[in-house]
Amino acid sequence: MSSKTSLRAVIAVPYAWLAVFFLLPFALVLAIALGTNDPDSVPPVALGFSLENFARLFTDKLYVAAWLSSLRIAAVSTLGCLLLGYPMAYAIARATPARRPLLLMLVVLPFWTSFLIRVYAWIGLLSENGMLNQFLRWSGLSDHPGTILGTEWAVHLGIIYAYLPFMVLPLYATLEKLDVSLLEAASDLGAKPIAAFLTVTLPLSLPGIVAGCLLVFIPAVGEFVIPDLLGGTRTLMIGKVLWDEFFTNSDWPLASAVAICLLVLLVGPIALFQRQQAKSLERAE
Amino acid sequence: MRFSLLAVLVSFATPAFGQGQVNVYNWSDYIDPVQLKDFGKQTGIKVNYTTYDSNEILDAKLKSGQSGYDIVVPTASPFFVRQIAAKLYQPLDKLRLRNYQNLDADTMALLGKYDADNRYGIPWMWGTIGIGYNATEIRKRMNNAPVDSLRMIFDPATVSRFTDCGVMILDSATDVLPAALKYLYLDPDSKKPEDLAKAAKVVDAVRPYIRKFHSSEYINALAGGDICLAFGYSGDILQAKDRAAAAPEKRVINYNVPNEGAMVWMDVAAIPKGAPNIDNAYRFLDFMLDPKVAAASSTLTNYANGNAAATPLLAKSMSGNKSIYPNADARSHFYTITAGNAAEVRERTRLWTAIKTGQ
Repeated sequence: MSSKTSLRAVIAVPYAWLAVFFLLPFALVLAIALGTNDPDSVPPVALGFSLENFARLFTDKLYVAAWLSSLRIAAVSTLGCLLLGYPMAYAIARATPARRPLLLMLVVLPFWTSFLIRVYAWIGLLSENGMLNQFLRWSGLSDHPGTILGTEWAVHLGIIYAYLPFMVLPLYATLEKLDVSLLEAASDLGAKPIAAFLTVTLPLSLPGIVAGCLLVFIPAVGEFVIPDLLGGTRTLMIGKVLWDEFFTNSDWPLASAVAICLLVLLVGPIALFQRQQAKSLERAE
Repeated sequence: MRFSLLAVLVSFATPAFGQGQVNVYNWSDYIDPVQLKDFGKQTGIKVNYTTYDSNEILDAKLKSGQSGYDIVVPTASPFFVRQIAAKLYQPLDKLRLRNYQNLDADTMALLGKYDADNRYGIPWMWGTIGIGYNATEIRKRMNNAPVDSLRMIFDPATVSRFTDCGVMILDSATDVLPAALKYLYLDPDSKKPEDLAKAAKVVDAVRPYIRKFHSSEYINALAGGDICLAFGYSGDILQAKDRAAAAPEKRVINYNVPNEGAMVWMDVAAIPKGAPNIDNAYRFLDFMLDPKVAAASSTLTNYANGNAAATPLLAKSMSGNKSIYPNADARSHFYTITAGNAAEVRERTRLWTAIKTGQ
């Protein structure tokens, strides 16, 4: 076998994987979204070609409101992850090489416990009689501390906590590769540490920032478990709307239409952004 | 219409078919394990007993096609009703069930609202939807609180007194809107938009005093003292009561059936269409209808069962407990609701979302 055909074979594997586990299910979801709800059949869908489900998403303001609210929550949480994750990644990248594996291990460590249990643990921390309030009362800092659980703050906290490793790891990967001699050069040329950071480190770590933000932002938009457990009733998110369509109304076609719109509205801008990035990288080279 | 490719792709792991076995899909901890073992020993039938913890999982499995199960135990409303409409079950041949006459006539009549003439299902466990509260905290804030009335939840002047110690309500349009209708002395089963609008107004008026609408969180929250009042399922609140009593703080949690009338929830055993082991499915149903089995399972779960012959076999602490087995007067006010068509279901869900989120 020539090296070219073996290379093709290697590339074919991920493509086949994508086709079977992404494109095919996506086609099925699209087919359902174009059908109509038929609760008396199994599965509850009458196939066809109807844009009614998509039209409904724009006539009822619920869907747009849920979408915008999800975007806002995801954006705030992503920013939180970035502000917290960047110094962490920076510190790990600047630690002695012998210590780095240990620090990285600590970042990944929470994954060894079930995600659900970790989110539940936050309920124990943030509830009315939770550990945080107990501490505040015990220490005399506050007699009537409010309850964070059930507010949007709790959702942000939960998302930042759960997704932080996805921000730290790609940031670490870029920061670790950063050539330290560039910073020395900047310093030799009279740049103060802050100026050197802003003009050298930050721009060079941009790919890591983008990758980390996407890894956090995309799943956070569709997040269902964290807002359900930590959020209040008024926290409107698209994941919950989708759940209601699928399970409460058992309207698979409308649920599928919501899913398709979610995907298109997320993937579209991101693909464009990626292309811009690739172009500007080419230009830089 | 059917399209099998979807069914194949969406269907999850399916239990093995074969002779001499029965595939039972049930809630966890819902049948006495000792009795279950005996059934296997006496009949030689191998019981493949798998469990789930949410109706949604069962619903999705049944709706995506051939599930391979012989017996499933969905909650009557809104799941079992909808599954009947989707023709997912086969009618029961009652002549094949020797123990059928053990069933309680009143329970069967309530279930009949969902399943006309009890064609498809037999009642397994049931309970009510009512008021759970922390007795100490409620008394501290209101001496003669109407703890056995829906006013506790739906009267703004009453419920607002408990905001500071925390109030939770089920996140379920099919459970809460009928109760709000009942509170207004309207037909809880009404699907009229003007009636539902009135019910929505009731819930909307108390919303500022509700910490959260959620269908399970109140168990831990009541037991742990994070809330002092909940509108929820009897079984869940009794579970919170037990947990609270076992904890060092010894919180006293009580459950009351609202005197205006309580909605009854019920879990129903049924045979899905295409069940691979029909004969054994009937034998298993007959086993579930055995008073001994029903009584042992009620003792395990703390729920009432739909088996009249099982009541005398229960400990007095159970059959005499009016939060588990309410008295005849409370029972005469029990109600259940019909499912409604797809448009009505959508309207109700939408109304509920609007109440909760203001959208």
